[in-house]
Amino acid sequence: MKVEEQTGLAPARPAPPLPSQPARTNGRWTGYGGLLAARMKELWREPEVIFWVFGFPLLLALGLGIAFRDKPAGVTNVAVVAGPGAQRVIDRLQTSPQHAGIHADVISQTDAFNRFRLGKYALVVIPQPDGSLRYRYDPARPESVLARAQVDDALQSAAGRKDVLASSSEAAMEPGSRYIDFLIPGLLGMNLMNSGMWGIGFALVDMRQRKLLKRYIATPMRRGDFLMALSSSRLVLMIIEVAMLLGFGVLVFHMRVLGSLLTILLIGTVGALCFGGLGLLTASRAQKLETVSGLINVVMLPMWVFSGVFFSYERFPAILMPFIKALPLTALNDALRATILEGAPLAAQGTRLAIMVLWGGVSFALALKWFRWV
Amino acid sequence: MVPPASKTPGLRYHSTMDVVVRCSNLFKTYEGKVEAVRGLDLEVRQGECFGLLGPNGAGKTTTIEILEGLLQPTSGEIEILGRRWGAHERELRELLGISLQETRLSEKLTVRETLKLFSSFYRQPGSPEVVMQDMALTEKADTWVGKLSGGQRQRLAVAAALVGNPRILFLDEPTTGLDPQSRRQLWDIVRQFQQRGGTVLLTTHYMDEAERLCGRLAIIDHGKIIAEGTPAELIKRYCGQNLVEFAVVPPTDGATRELWKSLPGVESVHEENGLISLSVREAHQTIPALLDAVEERGWRLVHLTTRQASLEDVFVHLTGRHLREE
Repeated sequence: MKVEEQTGLAPARPAPPLPSQPARTNGRWTGYGGLLAARMKELWREPEVIFWVFGFPLLLALGLGIAFRDKPAGVTNVAVVAGPGAQRVIDRLQTSPQHAGIHADVISQTDAFNRFRLGKYALVVIPQPDGSLRYRYDPARPESVLARAQVDDALQSAAGRKDVLASSSEAAMEPGSRYIDFLIPGLLGMNLMNSGMWGIGFALVDMRQRKLLKRYIATPMRRGDFLMALSSSRLVLMIIEVAMLLGFGVLVFHMRVLGSLLTILLIGTVGALCFGGLGLLTASRAQKLETVSGLINVVMLPMWVFSGVFFSYERFPAILMPFIKALPLTALNDALRATILEGAPLAAQGTRLAIMVLWGGVSFALALKWFRWV
Repeated sequence: MVPPASKTPGLRYHSTMDVVVRCSNLFKTYEGKVEAVRGLDLEVRQGECFGLLGPNGAGKTTTIEILEGLLQPTSGEIEILGRRWGAHERELRELLGISLQETRLSEKLTVRETLKLFSSFYRQPGSPEVVMQDMALTEKADTWVGKLSGGQRQRLAVAAALVGNPRILFLDEPTTGLDPQSRRQLWDIVRQFQQRGGTVLLTTHYMDEAERLCGRLAIIDHGKIIAEGTPAELIKRYCGQNLVEFAVVPPTDGATRELWKSLPGVESVHEENGLISLSVREAHQTIPALLDAVEERGWRLVHLTTRQASLEDVFVHLTGRHLREE
């Protein structure tokens, strides 16, 4: 009654009787539940969603994990140029303490240089007429630099060099420091970004283009419920994505997860909501799928490059660091790596979480301001 | 609670309680240029099926979407069930069922899931199962929307509007693009809803649909109502009861118009492509006089038919154009 008094309108007269008896009375959250159930069903029935959300990251992890797997007791391949001194080099290598780690072939100089260039050999040993040795190596290739030191060391000790300083070593090969360990949290972060941006941004513009958003707001549906249901569906998928990628890493690559699962899921939630907000913002006004696809790619491109998905962002110049660290995917990847690989507690991740909350919160607020339902 | 008359400035309160949709002096200008609606007044009464009839681009969809609260009018007053959009949006949404001109519902949901979803938005919805039965969709209950035919999709669109148990049903071009059988099915559904006490407001550019379905209509052209009444009233008012159509050789020019007009019972004359059309009260009085007049002048009739006037004739009479003209 209050509203009517304020607007000075005549009191609304009672509505005419219902054309049919109501089947039931719905509660406050029935609409939200209906929207969430419908959204989940739609997602499951979309083969593309299943592939991009679940299949693609697993394939990527598998492929990259195999390509960059750690070779057991890395054997160094060395070419020895055929000639008078070649056999002596081979003999010395075989009697050296390092013989197990070095494999040497005697071949012609042309072949040796060619295969060295192609990466088959890490080093070429060229015996000189005066009995000395010449190493051909590539200072830009870490394995080549290593091979030179290793082979020289082996040949010197086989020739009778005495070490003046006594030393011993112990091998420590622990999961956690391999490329796959670095990669899996990065893929997880990237996947949360991809599925958040596409899952929310693309879906919304699709619904706007179909006039489905307009149809929804022609009902008593609460607009907040609609956006909440969309975000919740992302959270459900997020849990599955996290479980799947981590499970895959643990089972296939014997990855070790140090942080608690709860912390990981919490970070995943913040990440998923952050990118959900960004997806909502990119989709707030676009009328066509082409427009929003372009926008999503523009937003995601810098993060693919700079946020350390496939390689560490430390490779970029120091001057870029503040920019890189302010990106939400960088924060998410760093937080996931710290928790999964180092077991960092949530309390230590304050800055990273704050960056994500800020991005997500500001995007969400702007999106609500600009959002077009029709 | 009967509202006190005349307390509300700008809105006329009739003593009749039964006006459920009322708008007055409605204007809508797009981007400061295109005037889609130019001063439109209408009243829809409880329990009737009211039609907005007009050609494409006449402003029908703009008008109905303003009434549905989906578009903001540039100016004008709107009152639905005694409520206004600004003040009672949620309440009104509970009371209205709306089918837009073009909505592509989620293709990967089944018919039943779609109706359940829509029913979940309303406080006191109808049962999806019952609505499916009424709409002859039960057989398709578990079919994905993407696999439905055009007629089935349109029925589902109306079903989604009905599942909220509305008092008023708004339908924007409900049968455009449908085959004759699907159209008839939809007409039956609208009548059924009306028989249960519901009120319907629909737009159409099919005159047969307007004639068969609507108790009253407003003919819209260029954003204005140019005529309003029951189909029979409109036909009688603008075209007489019957039309006598004929052609003569040699072809006559406009000068003979007065001659035709002077024949007994003729109310108006319309000429198009050499075919002369007379609106008459009683064909049996006019035709003998017409034959005499032609014979007297040594002309020859090459064509003569009589038929009942239709809404199409009313539109042609009022605008000089046809409803379906592009």
